Amino acid sequence: MSGIFSARAWDKVWTYRSTFALGLFNTVRTAFFGILLALVLGIIFGLMATSGKKPLKFISRVYVEIIQNTPVLLQCCFLYYALAFSNHSIGIILTGIISLGVYTGAYMAEVIRAGIEAIPVGQFEAASSQGFNYIEKMYYIILPQSIKIILPPMVNQVVNLIKNTSCLYIIGGADLISLTYSFVTGENTGGAYAPAYIVSGLLFFVICFPLTKFASTWEAYLKKMDQRIQFAQHTTIEEGVAANE
Amino acid sequence: MIKLEHVYKNFGDLEVLKDVNLEVKEGEKLVMIGPSGSGKSTTIRCMNFLEEPTSGSVYINGEKLTHQNKTKVIRDNISMVFQQFNLYPHMTVLKNLTIAPMKLHHKSKKEAEELAFHYLDVVGLREKAHAYPTMLSGGQQQRIAIARALCTESKIILFDEPTSALDPETIQEVLDVMIKLAKENITMVVVTHEMGFARQVADRIVFMAGGQIIEEGNPEHFFENPESDRVKQFLGKIIRK
Repeated sequence: MSGIFSARAWDKVWTYRSTFALGLFNTVRTAFFGILLALVLGIIFGLMATSGKKPLKFISRVYVEIIQNTPVLLQCCFLYYALAFSNHSIGIILTGIISLGVYTGAYMAEVIRAGIEAIPVGQFEAASSQGFNYIEKMYYIILPQSIKIILPPMVNQVVNLIKNTSCLYIIGGADLISLTYSFVTGENTGGAYAPAYIVSGLLFFVICFPLTKFASTWEAYLKKMDQRIQFAQHTTIEEGVAANE
Repeated sequence: MIKLEHVYKNFGDLEVLKDVNLEVKEGEKLVMIGPSGSGKSTTIRCMNFLEEPTSGSVYINGEKLTHQNKTKVIRDNISMVFQQFNLYPHMTVLKNLTIAPMKLHHKSKKEAEELAFHYLDVVGLREKAHAYPTMLSGGQQQRIAIARALCTESKIILFDEPTSALDPETIQEVLDVMIKLAKENITMVVVTHEMGFARQVADRIVFMAGGQIIEEGNPEHFFENPESDRVKQFLGKIIRK
């Protein structure tokens, strides 16, 4: 036990720092492109779910339910091995980007759907009655109001995606968790469990913490703004009453 | 200006409109009255295709409204004022008034703002230009909504129960603005329960019940010697003498 926190173990991690850097790089690039894909899918399927057109709603529903009700590990394996056995292997990183993007996209779609559905129907009608077409209506009127509802849960999904890059381990991954694991179990490098996992955890924390912090600060700010508007409303009404008395 | 031909509207099994035929001339002030659930709101919402008729046709300025052309026809011809105001809460009053002229009618910011301040003067709320809608009273919000409808310079303005959600105290300030508008050459269709307003402003009154037009005529005819019993019964209930 004493050896776990020994200077030698830390020294070993430092010596193999490039392994951790590579893992971090792979995790970050998988996450980055995964997030882009998730956003695109989330917007498309989220809008489809709120389009009011039955076939589009149905397709969106099927996507969301299948993805949300099967494990992401299974989706990842399925994509990787199905392609590998049909001789179309696309590599671990690309598999990660696609499977995590598709997985998180389903959650993004739900976040966006909920954000749009939270806007009163009168807003859609007012925009239509002025002659805004669908895209103009969404862009100028609806989404600017939805964004404050959408953003905090969306950031949480982004953080989940970053952490979920560890799923790549099951297909022989190149991500931070996988490389950390091979490092601590490796023949030449093995043994430095605690320092390796601490370093790996810290790297995740350094990326994810600012994001969650941003989400919670943003949420608190919105609450404060809503209170301020309610307060303003309250005082105007009181002033109105006072003026009438 | 507006023409409804054999308009039917069903919501599921519920027949809300049964063969509504109606024509509104340019500059005419048409007031629609009738009991709740009589189909008057649905009728006015068919005029700008917020509800698309189950069957029958709607013509605006001679052009038949379709699902494909509705956005353009509405943009060029019609505005609407709603019971719940429906101002855009994330924009200031000024932005509420300028967004459609700038984005849909390609006016410059300066032109759009001049127009906005002109109509803010008409509704008497110039000093609220930089306020947010939620900071205004119901009556003020509705006057802003009327100004917003005017800013697109539509020839037709539809009013769907514009005073029904207001405090009794603020109803009159909205009606006053509408009475002022009625002097302009704007085609106005108004669904309302305000009989005083109907009598004062309407060129023609349409009475609806059970999804059909029961009677129509000028205010004098309508309030002094209506023909159908249904109208007499309704007026007897609604007008407190």
